[in-house]
Amino acid sequence: MDIFSDPVLLARVQFALTAAYHFFFVPLTIGLGLILAINETRYYRSRNEKDAAASRFWVKIFTATFVIGVATGITMEFSFGTNWADYSRFVGDIFGAPLAAEALLAFFLESVFLGILLFGRKTVSPKFYLVSAWLVWFGSCLSALWILIANSWMQTPAGAELAADGSKAVITDFLAAAFNPSLMARYSHVVVALLIMGAFAAMAVSAWYLIKGKHAEFAMKTMRIGAVVGIVTSCIMIFTAHASAVVVAEEQPTKLAMMEGMYDDEVPPLYLFGWVDEESQQVITPFAIPGGTSFLATGTWDTEYQGLNSLAETEQYGALDPETAPVNFVFQTYHIMVAMYGLIMITAILAIVFTYRKGGRIKNMKWLQRLVLISPVFPVIAIQTGWFTAELGRQPWVVYPSVTGPEGVALATGDAASASVSAPELLITMALFFLVYVFLIFAWARVMGRFIKEGPVAKPAEADNAASDDAKREDVVPGFAPVDDPAVAAKGGE
Amino acid sequence: MEMTFFNVLWFFLIFVLIGGYFVLDGFDLGAGVLYPFVAKDDHDKAVVRRSIGPVWDGNEVWLLTAGGALFAAFAPAYATTFSGFYLAVMLVLFGLIVRAVSLEYRGHDKKYGKVWDGCFFVGSLLPALLLGVAVGNIYAGIPMDMNGDYVGVPLLGLITPFTLLCGLLGLAMFLAAGAAWIALKAPKPSALQARAAGLRLPLQIAALVLFLAVSVYGHFVIQPAMDPALGIVRWLFAILAAGGIVASIVLARSKGSDKGAFLAQSVSAFCLVGLLAASMFPNLVVASAGSAGPSITLMSAASSEFSLMWMTIITCVGLPLVLVYHVIIYRTFRGRIEDDDLAHY
Repeated sequence: MDIFSDPVLLARVQFALTAAYHFFFVPLTIGLGLILAINETRYYRSRNEKDAAASRFWVKIFTATFVIGVATGITMEFSFGTNWADYSRFVGDIFGAPLAAEALLAFFLESVFLGILLFGRKTVSPKFYLVSAWLVWFGSCLSALWILIANSWMQTPAGAELAADGSKAVITDFLAAAFNPSLMARYSHVVVALLIMGAFAAMAVSAWYLIKGKHAEFAMKTMRIGAVVGIVTSCIMIFTAHASAVVVAEEQPTKLAMMEGMYDDEVPPLYLFGWVDEESQQVITPFAIPGGTSFLATGTWDTEYQGLNSLAETEQYGALDPETAPVNFVFQTYHIMVAMYGLIMITAILAIVFTYRKGGRIKNMKWLQRLVLISPVFPVIAIQTGWFTAELGRQPWVVYPSVTGPEGVALATGDAASASVSAPELLITMALFFLVYVFLIFAWARVMGRFIKEGPVAKPAEADNAASDDAKREDVVPGFAPVDDPAVAAKGGE
Repeated sequence: MEMTFFNVLWFFLIFVLIGGYFVLDGFDLGAGVLYPFVAKDDHDKAVVRRSIGPVWDGNEVWLLTAGGALFAAFAPAYATTFSGFYLAVMLVLFGLIVRAVSLEYRGHDKKYGKVWDGCFFVGSLLPALLLGVAVGNIYAGIPMDMNGDYVGVPLLGLITPFTLLCGLLGLAMFLAAGAAWIALKAPKPSALQARAAGLRLPLQIAALVLFLAVSVYGHFVIQPAMDPALGIVRWLFAILAAGGIVASIVLARSKGSDKGAFLAQSVSAFCLVGLLAASMFPNLVVASAGSAGPSITLMSAASSEFSLMWMTIITCVGLPLVLVYHVIIYRTFRGRIEDDDLAHY
């Protein structure tokens, strides 16, 4: 079907793009939130001006990123009603509660204490300021939990039954629905990924200063925080990733089959990379460890899994068409994610070793500084491809008929969209999204670039000299000299 | 279908959340629309932005909570309105997005100051106008099919003289609250404070006139089936809504109390939503005459009792916390904005 006239496909593309965009900023926010909170704790203890400068620096970086995450997050909450009305009608009894709880229990917490973080430095006590930094981070992790509850329920429904008239899912056990089979594995997998993202972003900023030969002390301090958080989270990732994969193997057989390109029943080997030829239904690869995936999923080398062809013959997974399933896409995104993890691990090890050995040898290692500078790309790609694996791998269902899921509680993606929204309307909003989101990412990049160029300046007064744009300003304002807002300053000089 | 305790409770709670949103985000949306008109120079602009800087995000969460709660408690109503008002909802959404970012970036991005100012204004105007239009539609009725899907003309079908009047009433209420807020927060004496204080009266009179027009038009021309048992409640809310505005005028004029004027204006906005709830009950979305599908009511749309019970438990935990957060933030940033406050903005 033509992509421009199929409302369901357009709604899917719109959701995928807006969610992917949103989930560029969220990992940075939650990841950097931890770095910020650690940094605030250091400042709280030392109370020295250098740590104060670092604190101001991270608050600016964090809030400028946070706000785009918040703004683009509204899109996601609205989208269930706007683009997926029939989905909302089907799952409202279960799915709405975590969204409402997220707003009530997490968003309010984040937004209020972010206000303190931004504007309260002089107004509240140092201790309260520190607590606010941790609460913002805690709130963002809590909000991720509610969203993962909602998303995991779609992957592995539980605690529900089909209503007598078959029109919707009805909750039967709240805790079973919230703590559905995949929740803990997926939540820990996601949060650890976000913390890796933050650690790598912090290290990249440090590497930039090392390369430029600026703010060396700040750079090494931050590098030490980032390297520790980076290596710890990268190591924990092995376990959370493994747990997530095991849940997929147990609960979502068609997703597992797509991830490994299995059309026929087989003992799945482990591929490092490959290409799924969807015509011949074969994986083309130069290298495979026989039984490797079976071993990872179950601990035995010879567990046979069903392929897509035989799964499609079952009643439960009959809606799946192996001919049109995006098998190669899911295979690739999954394997790219794993490859990125390899790069993450290598970078994390190098960073921790050379940051802590011989008084921080990384200071003189140009190649490692450059590697660390580009390294945030690895978690960004890993996170994005990971979500594409998770979300495309469950197609053609939006509520997946998982192995242990309650009978009948499943919904095909094609039955989930809004009947009252037409393809032209979707195209109009798609164009608007494109315009607004491109505008925002350029603005974000420019503001970030500016903050990083300014750096963690020791005293606010120095900011006027360090900031490139401001330096050209001729008027120094009587009354309130240390201003971040040049517009305010300009007025004072009139 | 029978009406249960939880159905009614959640009908009530949804409107409390909407009322909270109209009061809280109401004043900062209004301040955003007034921004280019009352703030004559960069210093004034910084004052207006700083006055809502610490609070707008929390205020906006009321909308997200109302949306989430509507989804959780009355999913069919959430599905019908959000998909039926598709383009309008998207315009509100784009408004909220660019507005949020402009507030944060304006101070850091001098070169594009005018662009961000424009984003802040347009981003405030779109929700301030369209939310009232949406309310007008659910009250006056929209054409729906049996599945509850809107079958009218996209966007343009939602704009009628009545819904437009509702939109203008909403806008006038937001603007009056915004003017009262700026008058309360701007340094005194200052030209900005005087301008905002001077704008209160004409905006409040406009709101009173529009309120009267919407009430008369809504009652006699639209003629919705209103629950007769709630007549007294409607009168009470109507008197409080109008009385709040009048009290606000009096407090500002004779007592010179900017705080009293703002609070009375807020009470009025909340009671207006209360009046809406009492007029809608038990409907959530009215089906217009000749619709194939029935109106969506709190009985037909409610989630299961079990689900609503859990939602109530979550609310009992969450709502007190939310109130505590609000006390903290509004107390921390109480008082008028001083030049010193702009240092870190």
